[in-house]
Amino acid sequence: MKLGVLFSGGKDSTFACWKAMQQEEVVCLITVISRNPESYMFHTPNIRLAALQAEAAGLPLVEVETAGEKEEELLDLKRALLVAREQFGIEGVVTGAVLSVYQAARVQRVCRELGLWCFNPLWSPDQEAYMEELIDAGFRVVIVGVFSSPFDASWLGREIDRRTLDELREIARKYRITLTGEGGEFETFVVDAPFFSRRVAIEEASRDYRNYNGVLRIERAGLVAK
Amino acid sequence: MILVVDLCYRDGSLSRDEFVGPVERLLRKIGAPFFTRHYTAVGAPEVEAADAAILCGTALRDTGFSGHPEQFRWLLSFERPVLGISSGMRALAAAFGAGTEPCCEIGMTDVEVLAPDPLFAGEEGFSAYELHEYAARVPDTFVSLAASDQCVQAIRHRSFPLYGLLFHPEARNEWIIERFLGLVETARYRP
Repeated sequence: MKLGVLFSGGKDSTFACWKAMQQEEVVCLITVISRNPESYMFHTPNIRLAALQAEAAGLPLVEVETAGEKEEELLDLKRALLVAREQFGIEGVVTGAVLSVYQAARVQRVCRELGLWCFNPLWSPDQEAYMEELIDAGFRVVIVGVFSSPFDASWLGREIDRRTLDELREIARKYRITLTGEGGEFETFVVDAPFFSRRVAIEEASRDYRNYNGVLRIERAGLVAK
Repeated sequence: MILVVDLCYRDGSLSRDEFVGPVERLLRKIGAPFFTRHYTAVGAPEVEAADAAILCGTALRDTGFSGHPEQFRWLLSFERPVLGISSGMRALAAAFGAGTEPCCEIGMTDVEVLAPDPLFAGEEGFSAYELHEYAARVPDTFVSLAASDQCVQAIRHRSFPLYGLLFHPEARNEWIIERFLGLVETARYRP
Protein backbone atom coordinates (compact mmCIF):
# COMPACT_ATOMS: atom_id res chain seq x y z
CA MET A 1 0.00 0.00 0.00
CA LYS A 2 1.34 3.45 -0.93
CA LEU A 3 1.40 5.71 2.11
CA GLY A 4 2.08 9.34 2.93
CA VAL A 5 3.38 10.21 6.40
CA LEU A 6 2.10 13.31 8.21
CA PHE A 7 5.48 14.67 9.11
CA SER A 8 6.55 17.29 11.64
CA GLY A 9 10.23 16.39 11.89
CA GLY A 10 9.88 15.38 15.55
CA LYS A 11 10.50 11.93 16.94
CA ASP A 12 6.93 10.61 16.78
CA SER A 13 6.21 11.21 13.10
CA THR A 14 9.74 10.16 12.10
CA PHE A 15 9.51 6.92 14.09
CA ALA A 16 6.00 6.26 12.71
CA CYS A 17 7.47 6.70 9.21
CA TRP A 18 10.17 4.13 9.97
CA LYS A 19 7.55 1.69 11.31
CA ALA A 20 5.43 2.18 8.18
CA MET A 21 8.43 1.56 5.92
CA GLN A 22 8.85 -1.89 7.45
CA GLN A 23 5.32 -2.95 6.44
CA GLU A 24 4.21 -0.85 3.50
CA GLU A 25 5.58 1.57 0.90
CA VAL A 26 6.10 5.15 2.09
CA VAL A 27 5.99 7.35 -1.03
CA CYS A 28 6.03 10.86 0.47
CA LEU A 29 6.10 12.97 3.58
CA ILE A 30 3.33 15.52 4.14
CA THR A 31 3.81 18.67 6.19
CA VAL A 32 1.24 21.25 7.16
CA ILE A 33 2.96 24.48 8.15
CA SER A 34 0.89 26.48 10.60
CA ARG A 35 1.29 30.22 10.99
CA ASN A 36 -0.60 30.05 14.29
CA PRO A 37 1.69 29.30 17.25
CA GLU A 38 -1.36 28.14 19.24
CA SER A 39 -2.38 25.45 16.73
CA TYR A 40 -3.16 22.17 18.49
CA MET A 41 -2.75 20.22 15.32
CA PHE A 42 0.33 21.34 13.50
CA HIS A 43 2.48 23.93 15.18
CA THR A 44 6.09 23.09 15.84
CA PRO A 45 9.04 25.50 15.97
CA ASN A 46 11.33 24.09 13.25
CA ILE A 47 8.76 22.83 10.77
CA ARG A 48 10.51 24.55 7.84
CA LEU A 49 13.39 22.09 8.24
CA ALA A 50 11.11 19.18 7.30
CA ALA A 51 12.34 19.74 3.74
CA LEU A 52 15.92 19.04 4.83
CA GLN A 53 14.86 15.90 6.68
CA ALA A 54 12.87 14.72 3.66
CA GLU A 55 15.98 15.18 1.55
CA ALA A 56 17.99 13.16 4.07
CA ALA A 57 15.35 10.43 3.82
CA GLY A 58 15.27 10.59 0.02
CA LEU A 59 11.49 11.16 0.08
CA PRO A 60 9.46 13.86 -1.68
CA LEU A 61 7.73 16.36 0.60
CA VAL A 62 4.24 17.75 0.14
CA GLU A 63 4.11 21.11 1.97
CA VAL A 64 0.92 23.05 2.59
CA GLU A 65 0.58 26.24 4.61
CA THR A 66 -2.31 26.97 6.95
CA ALA A 67 -3.36 30.05 8.86
CA GLY A 68 -3.94 27.60 11.70
CA GLU A 69 -7.54 28.54 12.52
CA LYS A 70 -9.15 25.67 14.40
CA GLU A 71 -11.42 23.99 11.86
CA GLU A 72 -10.00 25.58 8.73
CA GLU A 73 -6.67 23.90 9.27
CA LEU A 74 -8.46 20.63 8.67
CA LEU A 75 -9.38 21.87 5.21
CA ASP A 76 -5.71 22.63 4.68
CA LEU A 77 -4.84 19.12 5.83
CA LYS A 78 -7.37 17.78 3.36
CA ARG A 79 -5.80 19.89 0.62
CA ALA A 80 -2.37 18.44 1.48
CA LEU A 81 -3.68 14.87 1.36
CA LEU A 82 -5.35 15.53 -1.98
CA VAL A 83 -2.05 16.81 -3.40
CA ALA A 84 -0.27 13.73 -2.04
CA ARG A 85 -2.86 11.47 -3.62
CA GLU A 86 -2.71 13.24 -6.95
CA GLN A 87 1.08 13.43 -7.15
CA PHE A 88 2.14 10.21 -5.44
CA GLY A 89 -0.96 8.01 -5.48
CA ILE A 90 -1.20 7.57 -1.71
CA GLU A 91 -3.84 5.10 -0.51
CA GLY A 92 -3.34 5.83 3.17
CA VAL A 93 -1.88 8.18 5.75
CA VAL A 94 0.43 7.48 8.68
CA THR A 95 0.50 9.69 11.77
CA GLY A 96 2.71 9.78 14.83
CA ALA A 97 -0.27 10.22 17.19
CA VAL A 98 0.62 8.70 20.55
CA LEU A 99 -2.13 9.61 22.98
CA SER A 100 -3.96 12.61 21.57
CA VAL A 101 -7.53 11.59 20.80
CA TYR A 102 -8.11 15.16 19.58
CA GLN A 103 -5.52 14.89 16.80
CA ALA A 104 -6.18 11.24 15.97
CA ALA A 105 -9.94 11.68 15.55
CA ARG A 106 -9.54 14.71 13.30
CA VAL A 107 -7.10 12.98 10.98
CA GLN A 108 -9.32 9.86 10.94
CA ARG A 109 -12.31 11.97 9.83
CA VAL A 110 -10.39 13.65 7.01
CA CYS A 111 -9.04 10.27 5.83
CA ARG A 112 -12.55 8.81 5.85
CA GLU A 113 -13.83 11.70 3.76
CA LEU A 114 -11.12 11.06 1.19
CA GLY A 115 -11.39 7.26 1.29
CA LEU A 116 -7.84 6.89 2.63
CA TRP A 117 -6.57 4.35 5.14
CA CYS A 118 -5.26 5.81 8.39
CA PHE A 119 -2.46 4.28 10.45
CA ASN A 120 -1.27 5.30 13.91
CA PRO A 121 1.51 2.81 14.65
CA LEU A 122 2.54 4.57 17.89
CA TRP A 123 -0.98 4.69 19.33
CA SER A 124 -1.05 4.23 23.11
CA PRO A 125 2.42 2.71 23.39
CA ASP A 126 4.42 1.41 26.29
CA GLN A 127 6.26 4.71 26.73
CA GLU A 128 9.38 3.11 28.20
CA ALA A 129 9.66 0.58 25.40
CA TYR A 130 9.07 3.25 22.77
CA MET A 131 11.85 5.52 24.02
CA GLU A 132 14.23 2.57 24.35
CA GLU A 133 13.45 1.37 20.83
CA LEU A 134 13.95 4.87 19.47
CA ILE A 135 17.50 5.03 20.83
CA ASP A 136 18.32 1.38 20.03
CA ALA A 137 17.20 1.79 16.41
CA GLY A 138 19.66 4.67 15.92
CA PHE A 139 17.38 7.70 15.96
CA ARG A 140 19.17 10.86 17.06
CA VAL A 141 16.65 13.19 18.61
CA VAL A 142 17.27 16.70 19.93
CA ILE A 143 15.00 18.61 22.32
CA VAL A 144 13.98 21.86 20.59
CA GLY A 145 11.15 23.03 22.80
CA VAL A 146 10.36 22.90 26.52
CA PHE A 147 6.98 23.93 27.88
CA SER A 148 6.88 22.70 31.44
CA SER A 149 8.60 22.76 34.78
CA PRO A 150 11.34 21.61 35.62
CA PHE A 151 12.92 22.00 32.18
CA ASP A 152 15.40 24.86 32.25
CA ALA A 153 17.19 26.44 29.28
CA SER A 154 19.94 23.82 29.40
CA TRP A 155 17.50 21.24 28.00
CA LEU A 156 17.23 23.08 24.70
CA GLY A 157 19.53 21.40 22.19
CA ARG A 158 20.12 18.29 24.29
CA GLU A 159 20.15 14.96 22.50
CA ILE A 160 17.96 12.20 23.94
CA ASP A 161 20.63 9.60 24.61
CA ARG A 162 20.67 7.01 27.38
CA ARG A 163 21.80 9.51 30.01
CA THR A 164 19.12 12.05 29.04
CA LEU A 165 16.50 9.29 29.00
CA ASP A 166 17.48 8.35 32.57
CA GLU A 167 17.00 11.97 33.60
CA LEU A 168 13.68 12.22 31.74
CA ARG A 169 12.53 9.06 33.50
CA GLU A 170 13.34 10.61 36.85
CA ILE A 171 11.54 13.86 35.94
CA ALA A 172 8.53 11.96 34.57
CA ARG A 173 8.22 10.15 37.88
CA LYS A 174 8.68 13.20 40.05
CA TYR A 175 6.66 15.75 38.11
CA ARG A 176 4.04 13.41 36.66
CA ILE A 177 4.76 14.28 33.05
CA THR A 178 4.80 11.83 30.14
CA LEU A 179 8.14 10.25 29.26
CA THR A 180 7.45 10.81 25.58
CA GLY A 181 6.54 14.50 25.96
CA GLU A 182 3.11 13.72 24.53
CA GLY A 183 1.48 16.00 27.09
CA GLY A 184 3.27 18.88 25.31
CA GLU A 185 6.04 19.10 27.94
CA PHE A 186 8.78 19.11 25.32
CA GLU A 187 9.23 18.97 21.56
CA THR A 188 11.86 17.24 19.52
CA PHE A 189 13.69 17.40 16.20
CA VAL A 190 15.22 14.35 14.54
CA VAL A 191 18.74 14.89 13.20
CA ASP A 192 19.30 11.27 12.18
CA ALA A 193 17.17 8.18 11.57
CA PRO A 194 17.92 4.67 10.31
CA PHE A 195 16.40 5.57 6.94
CA PHE A 196 18.30 8.87 6.50
CA SER A 197 21.16 8.54 4.01
CA ARG A 198 22.76 11.67 5.51
CA ARG A 199 22.26 13.33 8.86
CA VAL A 200 21.20 16.87 9.70
CA ALA A 201 23.94 19.05 11.17
CA ILE A 202 22.67 22.04 13.15
CA GLU A 203 25.04 24.87 12.27
CA GLU A 204 23.41 27.79 14.01
CA ALA A 205 20.58 27.98 16.52
CA SER A 206 19.11 30.54 18.87
CA ARG A 207 17.45 30.02 22.21
CA ASP A 208 14.34 31.84 23.31
CA TYR A 209 13.58 30.87 26.91
CA ARG A 210 11.56 32.26 29.78
CA ASN A 211 9.84 30.66 32.80
CA TYR A 212 10.04 27.01 31.78
CA ASN A 213 8.96 27.87 28.26
CA GLY A 214 11.47 27.90 25.50
CA VAL A 215 12.34 26.96 21.97
CA LEU A 216 15.55 26.27 20.12
CA ARG A 217 15.19 27.84 16.69
CA ILE A 218 17.45 26.19 14.17
CA GLU A 219 18.64 29.12 12.05
CA ARG A 220 20.99 27.22 9.78
CA ALA A 221 21.41 23.51 9.14
CA GLY A 222 22.78 21.24 6.44
CA LEU A 223 23.18 17.60 5.54
CA VAL A 224 26.44 15.82 6.21
CA ALA A 225 27.69 12.26 5.64
CA LYS A 226 26.87 9.77 8.42
CA MET B 1 -4.88 -18.18 29.10
CA ILE B 2 -6.56 -15.42 27.10
CA LEU B 3 -6.68 -15.71 23.33
CA VAL B 4 -6.17 -12.26 21.77
CA VAL B 5 -7.42 -12.25 18.19
CA ASP B 6 -5.97 -9.84 15.62
CA LEU B 7 -8.64 -8.96 13.02
CA CYS B 8 -6.44 -6.66 10.92
CA TYR B 9 -5.94 -7.04 7.17
CA ARG B 10 -2.98 -9.38 7.51
CA ASP B 11 -0.87 -11.02 10.16
CA GLY B 12 1.80 -8.59 11.41
CA SER B 13 0.18 -5.62 9.63
CA LEU B 14 0.91 -1.93 10.16
CA SER B 15 -2.38 -1.72 12.12
CA ARG B 16 -1.31 -4.34 14.64
CA ASP B 17 0.44 -1.92 17.01
CA GLU B 18 -2.61 0.36 16.97
CA PHE B 19 -5.36 -2.17 17.63
CA VAL B 20 -3.75 -5.26 19.16
CA GLY B 21 -0.69 -3.72 20.86
CA PRO B 22 -2.60 -1.58 23.39
CA VAL B 23 -4.71 -4.60 24.47
CA GLU B 24 -1.58 -6.74 24.86
CA ARG B 25 0.15 -4.01 26.88
CA LEU B 26 -2.82 -3.77 29.22
CA LEU B 27 -2.93 -7.56 29.73
CA ARG B 28 0.81 -7.52 30.43
CA LYS B 29 0.38 -4.68 32.94
CA ILE B 30 -2.39 -6.53 34.75
CA GLY B 31 -0.41 -9.79 34.64
CA ALA B 32 -3.02 -11.77 32.68
CA PRO B 33 -1.41 -14.54 30.61
CA PHE B 34 -2.35 -14.38 26.92
CA PHE B 35 -1.39 -15.49 23.45
CA THR B 36 -2.19 -13.67 20.21
CA ARG B 37 -3.26 -15.12 16.87
CA HIS B 38 -4.38 -13.58 13.62
CA TYR B 39 -8.03 -14.49 12.98
CA THR B 40 -7.01 -16.66 10.04
CA ALA B 41 -4.82 -18.75 12.37
CA VAL B 42 -7.36 -19.55 15.08
CA GLY B 43 -8.08 -23.27 14.98
CA ALA B 44 -9.25 -25.99 17.37
CA PRO B 45 -6.01 -26.06 19.44
CA GLU B 46 -6.13 -22.28 20.06
CA VAL B 47 -9.82 -22.37 20.98
CA GLU B 48 -9.23 -25.35 23.25
CA ALA B 49 -6.34 -23.61 25.06
CA ALA B 50 -8.27 -20.39 25.76
CA ASP B 51 -10.22 -19.57 28.96
CA ALA B 52 -11.41 -16.39 27.27
CA ALA B 53 -10.98 -14.40 24.08
CA ILE B 54 -10.58 -10.74 23.16
CA LEU B 55 -11.30 -9.84 19.52
CA CYS B 56 -9.50 -6.59 18.70
CA GLY B 57 -10.57 -3.73 16.46
CA THR B 58 -9.32 -2.73 13.02
CA ALA B 59 -8.70 0.42 10.99
CA LEU B 60 -11.80 2.18 9.67
CA ARG B 61 -11.34 0.89 6.12
CA ASP B 62 -10.27 -2.57 7.23
CA THR B 63 -13.29 -4.86 6.89
CA GLY B 64 -11.55 -7.87 5.31
CA PHE B 65 -12.40 -10.03 8.34
CA SER B 66 -16.12 -9.73 7.53
CA GLY B 67 -15.54 -11.64 4.29
CA HIS B 68 -14.44 -14.72 6.27
CA PRO B 69 -17.35 -15.64 8.57
CA GLU B 70 -16.12 -19.25 8.70
CA GLN B 71 -13.10 -18.02 10.72
CA PHE B 72 -15.40 -16.94 13.57
CA ARG B 73 -17.78 -19.92 13.81
CA TRP B 74 -15.91 -21.17 16.88
CA LEU B 75 -17.56 -18.33 18.82
CA LEU B 76 -20.94 -20.10 18.57
CA SER B 77 -19.86 -22.92 20.88
CA PHE B 78 -17.10 -21.18 22.84
CA GLU B 79 -19.30 -20.37 25.89
CA ARG B 80 -16.34 -18.86 27.82
CA PRO B 81 -15.92 -15.08 28.23
CA VAL B 82 -15.46 -13.10 25.01
CA LEU B 83 -14.86 -9.39 24.56
CA GLY B 84 -15.36 -8.22 20.98
CA ILE B 85 -14.02 -4.69 20.47
CA SER B 86 -15.48 -2.60 17.60
CA SER B 87 -14.74 -4.81 14.54
CA GLY B 88 -14.56 -7.64 17.08
CA MET B 89 -18.14 -6.83 18.11
CA ARG B 90 -19.14 -6.99 14.44
CA ALA B 91 -17.50 -10.40 14.06
CA LEU B 92 -19.19 -11.66 17.25
CA ALA B 93 -22.63 -10.38 16.23
CA ALA B 94 -22.18 -11.78 12.70
CA ALA B 95 -21.31 -15.22 14.11
CA PHE B 96 -24.70 -15.11 15.88
CA GLY B 97 -26.50 -14.06 12.71
CA ALA B 98 -26.72 -10.26 13.05
CA GLY B 99 -25.73 -7.85 10.30
CA THR B 100 -24.65 -4.22 10.41
CA GLU B 101 -26.14 -0.80 9.83
CA PRO B 102 -24.41 2.45 8.91
CA CYS B 103 -23.41 4.42 12.01
CA CYS B 104 -20.30 6.56 11.87
CA GLU B 105 -18.75 7.76 15.11
CA ILE B 106 -15.15 8.95 15.35
CA GLY B 107 -13.67 10.40 18.55
CA MET B 108 -14.94 10.74 22.10
CA THR B 109 -18.67 10.01 22.45
CA ASP B 110 -21.05 9.83 25.42
CA VAL B 111 -22.24 6.31 26.19
CA GLU B 112 -25.24 5.65 28.41
CA VAL B 113 -25.57 2.38 30.34
CA LEU B 114 -29.02 0.84 29.67
CA ALA B 115 -29.13 -2.40 31.62
CA PRO B 116 -27.48 -3.74 34.76
CA ASP B 117 -24.41 -5.87 34.14
CA PRO B 118 -21.20 -6.59 36.09
CA LEU B 119 -19.16 -5.00 33.29
CA PHE B 120 -20.62 -1.54 33.89
CA ALA B 121 -21.85 -1.89 37.49
CA GLY B 122 -22.02 1.44 39.30
CA GLU B 123 -21.69 3.45 36.08
CA GLU B 124 -24.55 5.38 34.53
CA GLY B 125 -22.51 6.52 31.59
CA PHE B 126 -19.03 7.41 30.40
CA SER B 127 -17.20 9.00 27.51
CA ALA B 128 -15.64 6.51 25.07
CA TYR B 129 -13.32 6.55 22.03
CA GLU B 130 -15.10 5.50 18.86
CA LEU B 131 -13.77 4.55 15.45
CA HIS B 132 -16.38 2.89 13.26
CA GLU B 133 -18.54 3.47 10.19
CA TYR B 134 -20.99 0.67 10.91
CA ALA B 135 -22.70 -0.63 14.04
CA ALA B 136 -23.56 -4.27 14.63
CA ARG B 137 -27.26 -5.10 14.95
CA VAL B 138 -28.15 -6.90 18.17
CA PRO B 139 -28.47 -10.68 17.62
CA ASP B 140 -31.68 -12.30 18.97
CA THR B 141 -29.76 -14.14 21.66
CA PHE B 142 -28.12 -10.93 22.97
CA VAL B 143 -29.26 -7.95 25.06
CA SER B 144 -28.24 -4.30 24.66
CA LEU B 145 -26.24 -2.97 27.62
CA ALA B 146 -25.30 0.53 26.53
CA ALA B 147 -25.94 3.02 23.74
CA SER B 148 -24.82 6.39 22.40
CA ASP B 149 -27.34 8.81 20.90
CA GLN B 150 -26.72 7.08 17.55
CA CYS B 151 -26.40 3.34 18.10
CA VAL B 152 -26.02 0.39 20.47
CA GLN B 153 -22.58 0.45 22.09
CA ALA B 154 -22.49 -2.74 24.14
CA ILE B 155 -24.20 -6.14 23.95
CA ARG B 156 -24.09 -9.38 25.96
CA HIS B 157 -25.27 -12.88 25.18
CA ARG B 158 -28.36 -13.86 27.22
CA SER B 159 -26.76 -17.03 28.63
CA PHE B 160 -22.99 -16.70 28.30
CA PRO B 161 -20.45 -13.94 29.10
CA LEU B 162 -20.00 -13.00 25.46
CA TYR B 163 -19.67 -9.22 25.16
CA GLY B 164 -19.44 -6.87 22.23
CA LEU B 165 -18.35 -3.22 22.59
CA LEU B 166 -18.60 -0.82 19.68
CA PHE B 167 -16.17 1.67 21.25
CA HIS B 168 -12.50 1.07 22.06
CA PRO B 169 -12.09 0.47 25.81
CA GLU B 170 -8.29 0.13 25.44
CA ALA B 171 -8.22 3.89 24.72
CA ARG B 172 -9.46 5.90 27.72
CA ASN B 173 -11.57 3.13 29.40
CA GLU B 174 -9.10 0.48 30.46
CA TRP B 175 -11.25 -0.20 33.53
CA ILE B 176 -13.73 -2.06 31.32
CA ILE B 177 -11.08 -4.54 30.18
CA GLU B 178 -9.97 -4.91 33.81
CA ARG B 179 -13.55 -5.75 34.80
CA PHE B 180 -13.84 -8.21 31.93
CA LEU B 181 -10.71 -9.96 33.24
CA GLY B 182 -12.41 -10.13 36.63
CA LEU B 183 -15.31 -11.96 34.94
CA VAL B 184 -12.79 -14.32 33.32
CA GLU B 185 -11.45 -15.16 36.78
CA THR B 186 -14.98 -15.75 38.10
CA ALA B 187 -15.85 -18.00 35.14
CA ARG B 188 -12.63 -19.98 35.59
CA TYR B 189 -13.48 -20.96 39.18
CA ARG B 190 -17.17 -21.62 38.61
CA PRO B 191 -17.93 -25.30 39.50
